[in-house]
Amino acid sequence: MHELSLLENVREILQDHAGSQNFTQVKKITLEIGELSCVEPEALRFAFDVVMKDSLAAQAKLILTKQKGLGICQRCQQSTPLKNLYDSCIFCEHPFITVIQGHEMKIKDLIVI
Amino acid sequence: MCSTCGCSETESHHHGDSERLINIEADLLAKNNSYATENRAYFKQHHIFTLNFVSSPGAGKTSLLVETIKQLKNQLSIAVIEGDQQTEHDAERIRATGIPALQINTGKGCHLDAHGIGHAIKELQPKDNSLLAIENVGNLVCPASFDLGEAHKVVVLSVTEGDDKPLKYPDMFYAADLMIINKIDLLPYVDFDLERCINYAKQVNPAIMIIQLSVTTGDNLIEWTNWLTRVR
Repeated sequence: MHELSLLENVREILQDHAGSQNFTQVKKITLEIGELSCVEPEALRFAFDVVMKDSLAAQAKLILTKQKGLGICQRCQQSTPLKNLYDSCIFCEHPFITVIQGHEMKIKDLIVI
Repeated sequence: MCSTCGCSETESHHHGDSERLINIEADLLAKNNSYATENRAYFKQHHIFTLNFVSSPGAGKTSLLVETIKQLKNQLSIAVIEGDQQTEHDAERIRATGIPALQINTGKGCHLDAHGIGHAIKELQPKDNSLLAIENVGNLVCPASFDLGEAHKVVVLSVTEGDDKPLKYPDMFYAADLMIINKIDLLPYVDFDLERCINYAKQVNPAIMIIQLSVTTGDNLIEWTNWLTRVR
């Protein structure tokens, strides 16, 4: 459900940039979504056309790229991949991990005219 | 890789002469976060200690607030912002304690956002040196992503909900600084393993603080009110 609000933000960001970067149409938009962010890529795809209707990005193709989750184990101090916030360290199986990457949700780039 | 758009298509595809690639690297939550920063600055300037209460519907957020207000209203100025999809019910329950409360109805919206809170502050005008409690929409998913400018998110989990909620809804328990386990008077009647719940919550968020209490019986409520008066 909050995917709708996030896409409304995307629409506004595009509107803001259209003036300053001088474009009138977005052909393609690439979003980078962290593996640990609370966004469901399928829900984003589902809502994209609805939210972008009648906007600069009405005809835009949506590309979603994934940013991998990464944390530092609080015991062995090694960098360990995280698919979920509750994953344990893959090296020493310690359950407490400090997340360092994977929460990002951002517009990476656009193809515009 | 296509050198114009950076896509992985191997077959050549046409880009019109006027097409160009721009990197904008804009955070999807940037707008909300900038409103949250404004709210946080306002709170700091006016010494308003703001808590954002989150939980699933029925965990006991409003009851906790009502009881907290009863205990602290003589020593502390308190105001409440209530978020629900519909009705004024919760704000009415708060106002019955003699405390100002503003109800935000989000309609179909599933969370409060920082922009709405900015407007609510203007309308509610919480006093300097006060406690502002924001009761978010009952939802363990969406409110996790939206910073309102609060000092802490407080997640309320009741023992009737199941001890694995922190694993099922990890984002919320990751975002919260304090977990209140409510309705502990019902522990003998429900299949809820307190220790397992705490371990799950710490697995998601090793730094999370935990207070167990019962709003109904008043059991251990003192630990919560002590925490409030200590950290504010």
